[in-house]
Amino acid sequence: MSGTHDRLVYMANQIARNFAVQGETAAIAATARHIHDFWDPRMRDAIMAGEDAGLSDIAAGAIARLRGTLRSG
Amino acid sequence: MAYEPQADFGTPEVRADTQVTLTIDGRRVTVPEGTSVMRAAAECGGAIPSLCATDSLAAFGSCRLCLVEVDGMRGTTASCTTPVAQDMIVRTQTPRLEKLRRGVMELYISDHPLDCLTCSANNDCELQDTAAEVGLRDVRYGYAGAHHLGQQPDLSNPYFLFAPDKCIVCSRCVRACDEVQGTLALSVEARGFASKISAGQRADDFLSSDCVSCGACVQACPTSALMEKSVKAHGKPERAVITTCAYCGVGCTFRAEMRGEQLVRMVPWKDGKANRGHSCVKGRFAWGYAHHQDRITTPMIRESIDQPWREVSWDEALAFTAGRISAVKAQHGARALGGITSSRCTNEETFLVQKLVRAGFGSNNVDTCARVCHSPTGYGLKTTFGTSAGTQDFDSVMDADVIVVIGANPTDAHPVFASRMKRRLRQGAQLIVIDPRRIDLVRSPHVKAAHHLPLQPGTNVAVMTAMAHVIVTEGLADEDFVRARCDWDEYQDWARFVSASQHSPKFLEAVTKVPAAELRAAARLYATGGNAAIYYGLGVTEHSQGSSTVMAIANLAMATGNIGRAGVGVNPLRGQNNVQGACDMGSFPHELSGYRHISDAATRRMFEQDWGVALDPEPGLRIPNMLDAAIDGSFRALYIQGEDILQSDPNTRHVAAGLAAMDCVIVHDLFLNETANFAHVFLPGSTFLEKNGTFTNAERRIQPVRKVMETANGLEDWQVTQALANALGLGWAYTHPAQILDEIARLTPTFAGVSWDRLEREASLQWPVNDQFPDGAPVMHVDGFVRGKGHFVVTDYMPTDEKTGPRYPLLLTTGRILSQYNVGAQTRRTANTAWHPEDVLEIHPLDAENRGLKEGDWARLASRTGETSLRVSVTDRVAPGVVYTTFHHPETQANVVTTDYSDWATNCPEYKVTAVQVTPSNGPSDWQEDYAGLTARSRRIAAEPGE
Ligand code: SF4
Ligand code: SF4
Ligand code: SF4
Ligand code: FES
Repeated sequence: MSGTHDRLVYMANQIARNFAVQGETAAIAATARHIHDFWDPRMRDAIMAGEDAGLSDIAAGAIARLRGTLRSG
Repeated sequence: MAYEPQADFGTPEVRADTQVTLTIDGRRVTVPEGTSVMRAAAECGGAIPSLCATDSLAAFGSCRLCLVEVDGMRGTTASCTTPVAQDMIVRTQTPRLEKLRRGVMELYISDHPLDCLTCSANNDCELQDTAAEVGLRDVRYGYAGAHHLGQQPDLSNPYFLFAPDKCIVCSRCVRACDEVQGTLALSVEARGFASKISAGQRADDFLSSDCVSCGACVQACPTSALMEKSVKAHGKPERAVITTCAYCGVGCTFRAEMRGEQLVRMVPWKDGKANRGHSCVKGRFAWGYAHHQDRITTPMIRESIDQPWREVSWDEALAFTAGRISAVKAQHGARALGGITSSRCTNEETFLVQKLVRAGFGSNNVDTCARVCHSPTGYGLKTTFGTSAGTQDFDSVMDADVIVVIGANPTDAHPVFASRMKRRLRQGAQLIVIDPRRIDLVRSPHVKAAHHLPLQPGTNVAVMTAMAHVIVTEGLADEDFVRARCDWDEYQDWARFVSASQHSPKFLEAVTKVPAAELRAAARLYATGGNAAIYYGLGVTEHSQGSSTVMAIANLAMATGNIGRAGVGVNPLRGQNNVQGACDMGSFPHELSGYRHISDAATRRMFEQDWGVALDPEPGLRIPNMLDAAIDGSFRALYIQGEDILQSDPNTRHVAAGLAAMDCVIVHDLFLNETANFAHVFLPGSTFLEKNGTFTNAERRIQPVRKVMETANGLEDWQVTQALANALGLGWAYTHPAQILDEIARLTPTFAGVSWDRLEREASLQWPVNDQFPDGAPVMHVDGFVRGKGHFVVTDYMPTDEKTGPRYPLLLTTGRILSQYNVGAQTRRTANTAWHPEDVLEIHPLDAENRGLKEGDWARLASRTGETSLRVSVTDRVAPGVVYTTFHHPETQANVVTTDYSDWATNCPEYKVTAVQVTPSNGPSDWQEDYAGLTARSRRIAAEPGE
């Protein structure tokens, strides 16, 4: 793990992986909600501003959803 | 107030539904059925002379001093072993009894060195008191015959001595060690006149025996045969103040027995509901750090961390600190500032630190060391049950039929609770231990686990799922409970998931390494063995699936109906004394006190109105995120109260880099700890003996901490935080922690009924204390879950990303031992080092042999993150492929090797799983030597001008 973006991507994927058992739609919602509730705004902004490369499908879905609803930047 | 020892009723209290009335010396007395005549007499103020009885132990009936006459009984009878009966008529004082007692007493005294005037127990000795009570005036037998005088004392234990010539062989010590502590270290050697108390084998002394130095025997001893060395050194105490231990989450209460400003001894308080008169070596004896020469009592500052420290006045230190904080805020904004609260500090201190960060700094970047221990408990229990706390009180274990211990080592980390648990196990409760190591509980005197599941580290979720599989597929779930109390649809989803064949014990055996048959048997016992209670520790939480395991445990308890009454429940064993309190007080960056999310506008408004400021509605940074953000440059100033994150947090190099990148690190502590190597400001702290406040233990019990001596630095810790707030212009004016507690109660619904006055009256309260639970709640979720319906969460096992391979073939797991506490800042500065002078690496004989390592050899312990060196201990307590160490000593810095991996939901570090290699080594690693140099440099204090 090196660099903040990589670390955030790792964290988002890890969250997504643990929600995956709920099925993709629910997991995307749960991952987005978790990041919304527990991440500091600079972390959310950084992951939303970064490339999606490296994000799992669920994590990418969650970040896309956050981009739609949050954009606190 | 003149010194009085605590009242002793002779035999233990009995609880019974039926009451019995009898007459003692003409007085009518009513007591519960089963009470001894001795206790009944003591309860109505008529103490009967005794020597072998004390109310912490079952009656023994050996000294024959407590004889009484009972109408209708021939002769005399021992009052300690005689239970009361309805309408019994008892006489405790008759000429015959007097004569008998004097005769017995004379025999005792004739073999006792009558050096009372110079004895350290003078005026605090039951033998002396009893001799006076029975009116012994002369002794007919001289010392000419055989006697026990002149025997050498055993001084090996650092805290207490054993003087055999003062021993009256009442065996109270032996019974205390058996019944109260459960260690069975003592025995009576030989018989009759030759009988003698012995710590183990003939050659053993106390220190080398199995004795764990809990002090129970010392407390039970009626003479000075077993006596605290501190009493010998300082004299008899002259007053006692009730206070709460500042070490672990059991929260034992003690009488701090004082002579002037000198603490003479800490004696466990019999009325303490957490400890019921018992203690462990830490709380009982390890308080010497309070006066250790390393303690810093003057504020210090420095421009940069390569400079020596400069001692300054409080005013200068606070002005310097406020200047730096304000500069960072002006240049980088409020979110560049943050603070860390401590689970070792009081609720009031913690509350003030988070208030300073939220209301003063203007960010929500506040976190607590619970991040690195029990944050998954917070997340997991809040999600499933609705609140972040254990469900039971400690007494509940006495109603448990099956006790499951998962990833916890209570005999080392929660010793007083472990003694209660062992007492219940000796009574016949069954034990299941789920732990990679064969912890002491698995097999100890008179205790043997029914099942030990030695799982592969990192596979907790798989083991829990496999147990659930057995319970559901064998029809052992309590569906009536689930239908009534939980969400039935969610339960069915969960039941379907766990029933799948890939979750069977057989299938999962490949990853868990737990034999399927053993796991099945354990699951059946948990589901069908009666009241089943789960106790868990950091072996559950400190994993990349820590939160998932907590939820999986909650699922098991709900599925089997083991929630909501005495004897059952889900019980996190908290590490530090105030982990529960620190979490309750709003120390997490996303939550205000009482676990209410910062984004909740109504809650925020309450605080905003009370504090008169607007609060940031967004969650702040957690500790690891703070360090990342510091390296990125967006986080620049940190106030750390009572924590040593450099030593306690994972991946030491990363922590060091984060700290080194900041403009202002403020360490508020007793000692120049490891984190202070990177600090610009050092604010001296006060010990728990020097301040008032409250701690909340693992059973949600709020208990007062009382100031017994003046502060060494001039300010209690809450006053230091207040002074810093005021240097920033906040205008706080608390004059006593009671006012802070009032503010907490005003702003926190679960604390609504808590106040200092009430704690003074009632000694302790278990939250919630509010309109619904006016007297608190020993057991939670009795009629319904806090969140309404219990929530089943499907938890899918994911292997950790930390993998073993050819370069790092072993798994390292970390833990604690009894005599040391956390990073050891306190216990290393006491005589407890006699038991644990250094961290060692436990390694299985096969792994040791493959590497050419023998007991005591130096070994290099390397992971992908870093390496260190330490000595090895070769033992089959750990399985092949697993190694284990503690992190109590900065010289070892076990966290140099732990990784950045953490719990998916809370970022609680994965301390329990690191892939490592172990190889022979000649001594400390380069890193250790470099670090020792850094520590020496950064601890320099500039000489005063003119020196
Ligand atoms: S100090 Fe505790 S463990 Fe040691 S002998 Fe006494 S009662 Fe037993
Ligand atoms: S050491 Fe004390 S408690 Fe133990 S047998 Fe002797 S007198 Fe009794
Ligand atoms: S068990 Fe814990 S609270 Fe009790 S004395 Fe020991 S360290 Fe203190
Ligand atoms: S106190 Fe009853 S026999 Fe000793």
